[in-house]
Amino acid sequence: MACYSGPAWRRISQNGRLAVRRIFSILNAVIAIGAGLIVLIGYFVDVQGMMEVRLLLFQWAVIVGGVAVLVGIGNLLSVHLAKLRSRKKGAIYSLVLLFFMVISLLISGTAGLEPLKPILMDGILIPVEVSLMAILSVTLIVAAVRMLRSRTDLSAILFLATVFVVLAGIGFRSFLAQIPVFNELAQSQLVTNILALGGARGILIGVALGTLTTGLRILLGVDRPYGGK
Amino acid sequence: MTSQTAGLLGLVLVLVAALALTLLSLLFKRFPLPLRNISAFLRIRRAASLVVEDGTRLHVSLGSANLLTPSSASALAGLALVRHLGEVTSLSDHPPITTTGSPTLNLLAQDTLRTAHEAVATEQPFDMNNGRLTGLTPLSYAAGVMPAIRDENISNNVIIGSFGPEVGLLIESADRQKTPVIAASDSLPAQAVLYAATQEPLIGEELFAAGAYTQAGPAHTASLLVQDILRWLVILALLGGAFLKMAGLL
Repeated sequence: MACYSGPAWRRISQNGRLAVRRIFSILNAVIAIGAGLIVLIGYFVDVQGMMEVRLLLFQWAVIVGGVAVLVGIGNLLSVHLAKLRSRKKGAIYSLVLLFFMVISLLISGTAGLEPLKPILMDGILIPVEVSLMAILSVTLIVAAVRMLRSRTDLSAILFLATVFVVLAGIGFRSFLAQIPVFNELAQSQLVTNILALGGARGILIGVALGTLTTGLRILLGVDRPYGGK
Repeated sequence: MTSQTAGLLGLVLVLVAALALTLLSLLFKRFPLPLRNISAFLRIRRAASLVVEDGTRLHVSLGSANLLTPSSASALAGLALVRHLGEVTSLSDHPPITTTGSPTLNLLAQDTLRTAHEAVATEQPFDMNNGRLTGLTPLSYAAGVMPAIRDENISNNVIIGSFGPEVGLLIESADRQKTPVIAASDSLPAQAVLYAATQEPLIGEELFAAGAYTQAGPAHTASLLVQDILRWLVILALLGGAFLKMAGLL
């Protein structure tokens, strides 16, 4: 009877695994690049039949996205179970999360418990998120003050000028309009409509060009975030 | 201009950019292009070597970009960085962790970490939980990342991807732990928050330079140069348009 546990067999099995992985890697790249090219060409050129294929690919992507949500929830569960098992610092928060995860699943999945859904949403989720927004606004004010203390250069002056413009926009306008220079600036909308918008568009054009080259790197197979290289 | 002509023009632009990217990649393979110093990227490289030495962990936050929207490009740029940082720090006792707010992005982050782990062929088995989905809405995502920054022996945070103003909560959480943050985002509100809250934020397209500055390969350097060429073309087009309008020809 053949022995399947010797070093030679292990080497063959390892080489086989590597070969399969390489084949999958190439197959992944071919599928990703092919799908990417179809979607890209379909976006620019209205070729007969291309739109249908594009839509089909999008539908598949949405289905994969839906499955990914389930996998993601599994990941969330696994991370917090591991944290709870190891009794790491902050494990109590993991327990709370898992408890409410089970409650949410029960309420969403059990017939007859639908009236409880709005309570979950309006009574817990939205107030918690609103509280976080409130914390965020305080955090930002603290960060701004900290920035003024640590940076005393041109950027700090620019920041103060921005604060001034924002304050002017939200209610101090009538008071500030009595200052002649400010009144003319406000009427011309030089700061808000020309300088700020121009700057924002400049940044967005830079981001768009970065998006284009990142997409091209993936279409050319240079970057393969979808596995193995 | 009809939509068909505009579409063809767009396609030509993409094809020219792809050709330039390929040719420049081949060129930079033989003659590397020197890049200007961006201190944030220097800090990232320093942080990566530091975590291996002091046995702490690197945390990369990739945001909550949906891969079906254009904002996914920032997350993909972040993944290129994760791949590099993963290779450098996988040898450490505490491999890097990634946190995301999008399930599809989380799958890619896990796969990128696994590929980086296998590339350095460590004895340690790979833990899929190093790539974590922390929440499905921007604020729940931020709420989930904050304990990770606090409890996971993190010594450096890299926040790169698509965020909203909630990125301020992550910065604050890292500040409380006195751990340095290197941050970049593609959205204007997040950039405004990062400008006020961090020492050296990466503004605008600097986010997409991450790969080139962490030596991910000549294609990354080439894509920077292609970006620059395209930017000059856009500037010329804008100036030309303004000039023609002033001359009454448009």
